[in-house]
Amino acid sequence: MGGSSPCASCKLLRRRCAKDCIFAPYFPSDDPHKFSIVHKVFGASNVSKMLQELPIHQRADAVSSLVYEANARVRDPVYGCVGAISYLQNQVSQLQMQLAVAQAEILCIQMQQEPNLPITQMDQDERSLLLSTNFNNIPQCLSFASSSNVIQDPLKRESLWI
Amino acid sequence: MISGRCAACKYLRRRCPSDCIFSLYFPPNDPQRFACVHRIYGASNVAKMLQQIPPPLRAEAAETLYFEARCRIEDPVYGCVGVISQLYEQLQSAESELAKTQAEIAVLNCNPQEAPIEANSNFNTLLAPFHSNFLV
Repeated sequence: MGGSSPCASCKLLRRRCAKDCIFAPYFPSDDPHKFSIVHKVFGASNVSKMLQELPIHQRADAVSSLVYEANARVRDPVYGCVGAISYLQNQVSQLQMQLAVAQAEILCIQMQQEPNLPITQMDQDERSLLLSTNFNNIPQCLSFASSSNVIQDPLKRESLWI
Repeated sequence: MISGRCAACKYLRRRCPSDCIFSLYFPPNDPQRFACVHRIYGASNVAKMLQQIPPPLRAEAAETLYFEARCRIEDPVYGCVGVISQLYEQLQSAESELAKTQAEIAVLNCNPQEAPIEANSNFNTLLAPFHSNFLV
């Protein structure tokens, strides 16, 4: 029981690692870099407060996302994760635009191939909308300059949840 | 200029010096902005981060710190990582849909006799993104 090594947080903070140390389950002593980077960006006391406000079963995920954000911020001190968000939003917008164009192309092909389609049943407003849509007016949620420096696929859980 | 304290110095209840690192980015008319950032990062961490960035980029940095802090307050477990995750899902879904649609175009172009007579249903599908995303 006694004599277990202090967690990475308590080692860095140079304090005794209590049995109920809030950091110990998430910052093992064999990975000092993990706590170091979170401490650098958020600060130990802020991380502690954030974890204390969460139910225990959510703390591991919270730590992983904090580590992810801290890494992003260290890699890109100006934009952090927001660079990735901006980049991904642009990618999604472009793909949606390409999809709309492709779907319009299908419709045109069908109209050419089946001249007897009941086109007159189309709502006139819908037809005008299709013909007048300006593909350049894609609203952007963020106006930050995009940065792809911090792109990691969060869906690959192995890489995100270190 | 005692009456001209920035939001940070007001929050921290201190004098706002003429070279205050926060004053340009945390004006007194938006106290919530600094409160958010302070809650997640702490004043000294924000000051250190801003000091390490060239002055022309500090405004953007303050903005992104505020954005991330707001995301974290709204979603204490995932913060803005939740947003990134959702965007990846949207990206994958859009890629898959595009690939499927382009394959349909290839089929239609190769086999003009087999064009399905479903103009109206295709039209509604076509209009869905316009209605939800492009119409303001």
